[in-house]
Amino acid sequence: MDVPGAVVIGGSAGALDVLRAIVRALPPVIPCPVVVVIHLPSHSSGLAELLGAETSLKVKQAEDKEPLVAGVIYIAPPSYHLLIESSGTFALSVDPPVHYSRPAIDVLFETARDVYGRNLIGVLLSGASEDGAAGLQEIHAAGGTTIVQTPLSAEVAIMPAAALALFQPTYLWSPNELASSLSQLLSGSAI
Amino acid sequence: MRLEISEPEIAQLLEIIYQRYHYDFRQYAAASLKRRLQQALTHFRCATLQQLQDLLTSDESVFPRLLEYLTVQVSDLFRDPEFFLTLRQQVMPLLATYPSLKLWIAGCSTGEEAYSFAIALAEEGLLDRTRIYATDINDGSLRKAQKGVYPLDRMRQFTMNHRAAGGHGSLSDYYHASHDSAVMSPTLKQHITFADHSLATDSIFSEVQLVSCRNVLIYFDRLLQDRALGLFHDALCRRGFLCLGTKESVRFSAYAQRFQELSPEQKIYRRVD
Repeated sequence: MDVPGAVVIGGSAGALDVLRAIVRALPPVIPCPVVVVIHLPSHSSGLAELLGAETSLKVKQAEDKEPLVAGVIYIAPPSYHLLIESSGTFALSVDPPVHYSRPAIDVLFETARDVYGRNLIGVLLSGASEDGAAGLQEIHAAGGTTIVQTPLSAEVAIMPAAALALFQPTYLWSPNELASSLSQLLSGSAI
Repeated sequence: MRLEISEPEIAQLLEIIYQRYHYDFRQYAAASLKRRLQQALTHFRCATLQQLQDLLTSDESVFPRLLEYLTVQVSDLFRDPEFFLTLRQQVMPLLATYPSLKLWIAGCSTGEEAYSFAIALAEEGLLDRTRIYATDINDGSLRKAQKGVYPLDRMRQFTMNHRAAGGHGSLSDYYHASHDSAVMSPTLKQHITFADHSLATDSIFSEVQLVSCRNVLIYFDRLLQDRALGLFHDALCRRGFLCLGTKESVRFSAYAQRFQELSPEQKIYRRVD
């Protein structure tokens, strides 16, 4: 893979601590944007602040029509689906929930795959629903890099297990490996 | 796995829809439209967009059903209660200074937003002097909106929304239960005109004191957003109110300087000239 076009990360129950560890380990300069969908109660909008405390990289809630910029970590706003347009900008929608979730990981993953194809890294973490599995499979089918948290290490294994039932991801990592190796992948060094 | 469709194929289909049925989706945001078309393909049992296109041009009954996939939004009564609370506290006292009121709910879908405004206005003693124009491009949605019949099991959530939105009466004063349905009160309907109107192709029809168009602009591209905001600006009276969705903004539009923020949090603006 050349320089990745984007990293997309999805998770649900039990994903927050892993995500914080991943963000904490990221190098101060990364060559692409990182986009995150985590299922949270609709009123909680503090995820950007929470992650921002872990890194010197800019962390913000994604806005409609905003261009994706390398080095920035974007969070889906509560109660909206987050999509990526072929122009490299975000779009929001209030279309019905997917797997009972809005934002849905599948919606982000599928639209990201349409834009970045094989130059995409998709990461699926701990979670209590099957959201994200089909989207990650699409990233896999397009030749992108797919990373799944090991079900044994996940607080709730349903989400990673759903992905593994569909395909064999590029990497199957524990939280420690997720933090260190994703960081290496983004620094351009060999794993 | 989803069925593959390309953007040129989508553009071709939208062009045919425009030429044949005069519905203009050509400036809709592509990613959402693509997802909805993929769902439509499954519904119509088509493997490719070309097949759907053939079906569309050979069977007149297909388009109304396809339109459901392209436009329909499910909404709630008093969706985003904080918005309606702010509306009551900061906007309605100012609306009360007008001897008669006209409001425009643009993109009303099946009517929930229009009824929410009507109930809030009734509770503030303003409904008697108000005409609400609620517009949409989907005739099927407009017919449902006109009927104002919602599943009774949604009323529990709507009642909680209504209370959180500062409602002082009981929501049940504004509908009656019939079997599994809640039917909105005729006194509300008297003040609402549901009408066909396209933000993409039509012009303005009345001067209004308030426009509410929430979670519609996110489905448009930048140029169409500008067109819609231009219509709202022209329809509004001096110092009139514009309400957008919580994640929508005039900030990046050609009209950024023509509206002033009243509630940055709830995306309520006032027209400035």
